[in-house]
Order: sequence, then C-alpha cells, then structure tokens
Amino acid sequence: MSATPELTAAKVTVKGLTMTYGTQVVMHDLDFEIFDKDIFVIMGGSGCGKSTLLRHLIGLLEPAKGSISFDGKNFTAADPAERTDTVRRFGVMYQSGALWSSLTLGENISVPLEESGKIPPKTLRDLVAYKLALVGLAGYENYYPSQISGGMKKRAGIARAMARDPDLLFLDEPGAGLDPLSSRRLDDLILRLRDSQGSTIVIVTHELASIFNISNRAIFLDSATHSQGALGNPCDLRDHSENPAVRLFLNRGTQPTSPR
Amino acid sequence: MDAHACFDSTLPAFLLAHIRAVTDATPDKPPSPAFDGLPVNLRALLELALAVSEESEPQTPSDSSSEIYKLGNLTLVVWTNGKALVKFTGETMLSLGRLVTGRAIFRRKDFWLTLQECGVQALPIVSLISFLIGVILAFVGNVQLANFGANLFVADLVGIAMVREMGVMMTAIIMSGRTGAAFAAHLGSMKANEEIDALRTFGFNPFDFLVLPRLLSLLVMMPLLTIYANFAGILGGMLVGYFVGIPPVLYWTETLAAVTLTASSLGVIKSVFFGAIIAIGSCRQGMQAGNSTAAVGQATTRAVVTAITSVIVLDSAFAAIFTLLHI
Ligand SMILES: Nc1ncnc2c1ncn2[C@@H]1O[C@H](COP(=O)(O)OP(=O)(O)OP(=O)(O)O)[C@@H](O)[C@H]1O
Ligand SMILES: [Mg+2]
Repeated sequence: MSATPELTAAKVTVKGLTMTYGTQVVMHDLDFEIFDKDIFVIMGGSGCGKSTLLRHLIGLLEPAKGSISFDGKNFTAADPAERTDTVRRFGVMYQSGALWSSLTLGENISVPLEESGKIPPKTLRDLVAYKLALVGLAGYENYYPSQISGGMKKRAGIARAMARDPDLLFLDEPGAGLDPLSSRRLDDLILRLRDSQGSTIVIVTHELASIFNISNRAIFLDSATHSQGALGNPCDLRDHSENPAVRLFLNRGTQPTSPR
Repeated sequence: MDAHACFDSTLPAFLLAHIRAVTDATPDKPPSPAFDGLPVNLRALLELALAVSEESEPQTPSDSSSEIYKLGNLTLVVWTNGKALVKFTGETMLSLGRLVTGRAIFRRKDFWLTLQECGVQALPIVSLISFLIGVILAFVGNVQLANFGANLFVADLVGIAMVREMGVMMTAIIMSGRTGAAFAAHLGSMKANEEIDALRTFGFNPFDFLVLPRLLSLLVMMPLLTIYANFAGILGGMLVGYFVGIPPVLYWTETLAAVTLTASSLGVIKSVFFGAIIAIGSCRQGMQAGNSTAAVGQATTRAVVTAITSVIVLDSAFAAIFTLLHI
C-alpha cells in the first residue's frame, strides 16, 4: 500500500497501533490516516476502546506497539519537548468535560489562552465571550463548572478545546447528553469550524445522525475481534461494508441481510 | 404451558449460574440448553442473559492465592511505589529548577490562595494545640520538679522542648492532617475528572501548575507557623507557671536564658524539611490516585498516614544526627 503515492498529505498517520492496559489488549494493529480538513469519526460499541484510542492520539498513553505521526513527523518516538510542541496545536474535549473545577468557565478558557502568549485583558475578555457564545453559553463567564448542567459542561468543554484555534480538534462524545436541537447546533458548529478555520476534527460519537451528517471518514473499532473493523466513508460503510458488524452498527441493528 | 410465572430474580440467577458452571466444565462442546418447558417470561430473561457470550469479555489475570505469589506481588508493589516516589521527587526538583530560571508556569492566584489556606486559616488550630501542649508539658514538669523545689526550671523544660521538638512536630502533624489531606483530595479529584490530563494537553506542566504552588506555600508557611507554635506553647507554660507561683516576668527571663538561638533554629530548619515531605507526599498521592471517586478517598487517607509517618521518621533521623553532631 505504501507504494501508492498519496495526493493529499496525511495529517495523522497511525501504523500498526496496538493499545493495551497491562496485559489486556484493547485493540491491535490499527492502521489508518486522517487527512487535512477531515471530520474523522471513531465509532464502535461501548467499551471497545474509542476513548483509549483518543488518549493515544493526544499522547496521554503510550502505544504498546506501532507508531503515530503528525504531518509525517513521528510523534511516538519524539522527545518530550517536541511532543509538547505538537500537543500545543491540539484542542481536546474529554468525555467527562474535565473542566478545571476551581476555575470559572471564563477562566477555564482564558488560562489556556494566556499560556500561548501575552494578550491584552480587553482582547482576552472578548475572546472568552466569543468562544462561549459559539457554544451557546454567552454570559456564563462567572459560573463555576459545578453550577451548570451536564450538557452545558460538554459545551463549555468544547469551547475550551477551541480556545486556541487548534489545528486538530479532538472531541470525545460531544453530542452525548445534549438535546436534539443543541446536538444539531453542535453538528453545525463542527462543520463551520472545519470550513472557516480549516481545522481537522476527530470525533468519538455514537450518534448515527451526526455521523452521516458531518463525517467524511470513519473508523469502526470491532470489540469482538479487538481490531479495526472498517475504514471509509460512513455512508459507504453503511451500505457496502464487507463487515456485517459494521453494517449492523450503522443501521441500528436492523440491517438488510446482504449488502446492496 | 406458555403461561407467565411468578418469581423473583433469585430463580433466573440460580439457573444462569448452573448453566455457566456446566459451560465452564465442558469448554470444547458447550451444551445448548433447551428452555422449551419454561414459562415465557423466565425463558425471555434467560435468553437475554445468555445472549452475549462471556468469551468476548477481557479475562482478568488469574488471582493465584499461593503465598509465594503474594510475596512476589508485594515486592513488586513496594518496588514500583518506591520508584514512583523517587520519580515524583525528581520531577518536583526539576520543577523547582524551572521556577528558579523563570520558566515555570502557574497561576499566582493559586499560590496566594494556597498560602492563605495553609497559613492564616491554620492559625486557630495551631494556636490551640501548641498552647495545650505547652500547658501539658508544664504540668508534668512541675509535678516532678517541685519534688526538688526546682519548679522554676519548668520554664527551661517547656522552652527547650517546644522549640526543639514539640512546636515543629505538632505543626507538622496538624499540617499533615489538614493541608496534606486537602492537597491529596483536591489533586485526586482533578485526576479522577481528567482535569490533569486536560492541563497536559494544553501544554501546561502539571507539576509546575499544581505541585509547585502547594510546595512553595508549605515551604514558606511551615517555618512561620513553627515559630508561632513555639510562642503559643511557651505562653501555655507561662500560664501554668503563674498558677503554681512563678511570676510571668521571671518565667520569661528564665525561658530566654534557657533557649539558645541554636536550639530554636533547629526546630525551624526541621520545619522546612517537614513542609517539603508533607507537600511532596500528599501531592504525589493525589496525582497518582486512580480514576474514580473511591480512589480519591483512598489517596487522602494514604496521604495523611504517609505524611505523619514520614514526619516522625524524619524527626528521629534528625534527632540521631543532632546527637552525633553534639548540637
Ligand atoms: N485506566 C484503565 N485501566 C484499565 N482498563 C481500562 C482503563 N480505562 C479503560 N479500560 C478498559 O479499556 C476498554 C476500553 O475503554 P474505553 O474507555 O476506551 O471505551 P470507550 O470505547 O470509550 O467506551 P464508551 O463509549 O463507553 O466511552 C474497556 O474495556 C475498559 O474496561
Ligand atoms: Mg469513551
């Protein structure tokens, strides 16, 4: 495969990635690429290792085998300083939100902004207000994470992930716990971020509607075989995947018996 | 025969356990149980419970219960714990280095808040405990010294005991229970909520951001609190002295004569080390806690226990060293 020259350079390249917790193998031999401006979805059953894969991609966990590269540079073998530089370009929303609980929402967003360089206080305030407004939380600057609802925490987490206009945005189940309208708004937001800022976005999600709406490529993690189930455009996978588990998943278990 | 039966969960649980037992006994050709005769609702529940085969679940490593296995496991735990502590201490030193070269990033506000929390807010309890320790020492000393008609020396006893040992020791124990627990609980819950991971992915160093302000606060506050505790203890002794007939002025001059600068600086020097081990130990327990809320509680308990133990162990080491040096 590697002999075929790639037209668009891959933003993220994962080669032979095996992920383990101690002796328990979560997934083995994952091979995929994420291209510039992709909205790439990681899907699979609950507990199959999606969050684990995300944590490997952002460098919080070390691969047991295999490598991860960003823009062609090997991330797994890089030294800590280089890795920190790479990670700085990321925005991450964690499954639990992971807002800093001793800081207000405003501070949650301004702290990462201040870290990236000196910003005048007025600009900083405006930036924070803008990011919160993008996720529909305008005016919540002075609330603490304990004072807002679960869905609001998710959205605040997304606002924080977008704080530094990241090159690569990782979202772990951003839609879970949102009502249908907010969920729809979120899809819109993700599409616009991609189109207007040119970010590449990696999302873990179960929401079939938003998978088909926004994603152009997806990977399916098969919990039965602990390996990569399928890779490709979600609509194609739904109708033509050779892997029955994938068709089943993408058709909510009510699949036509054979691929059309 | 297709009727609904009345039963509670013990019946399907019992049946499931038996089916599983038979399946485990003959793994190569598992039996396919027939539920034909069963009531519909029971059959439906059993089919549901058996729908997902157990094979796809990750197998937990076998828990061998042999003594040698346990010993080996214990050795490994001690070894990994030791390594983790050394690594954590090393990271903290690097972090201090970055502070000196001005490259450490943390919020000044965090530092001031922690300083207030482990300084001013600890004053009432430190005052009370040290004062009472002074009172106790004076009472005990007075009873013995009065036998020789030498009860003025209560001032010497209380003064020296407070500044060399009891002042710093009590402060360290109070701070272990109060501040050490608070550090471990706070960092532990941040760990459980992935907040520390979030710091990391924003390019912050969690050591600089979280451990450094806490370590600095204790390094600043421990000596100050110790000096304060010494005075509180001497005041307690003075009160007892007053009641047994030693005028306060006399008590004070006697204390000044007994307590040398060397003796009082020993306590203060020790307090800096105690502050460091309390901060490092409890932050480590917090940062290395597991990913659940239960783990936060365990980390807090462990932090307090290890902080108090290491304070006392370190103090006996100091006592041995000072004796050897004839200080
Ligand atoms: N810290 C850990 N230590 C050991 N095993 C873990 C740990 N975290 C997760 N696991 C295991 O790894 C597997 C994958 O977990 P992961 O959190 O990646 O699942 P997921 O696909 O994100 O699930 P969900 O959709 O429910 O969030 C699970 O079987 C889980 O038990
Ligand atoms: Mg997950």
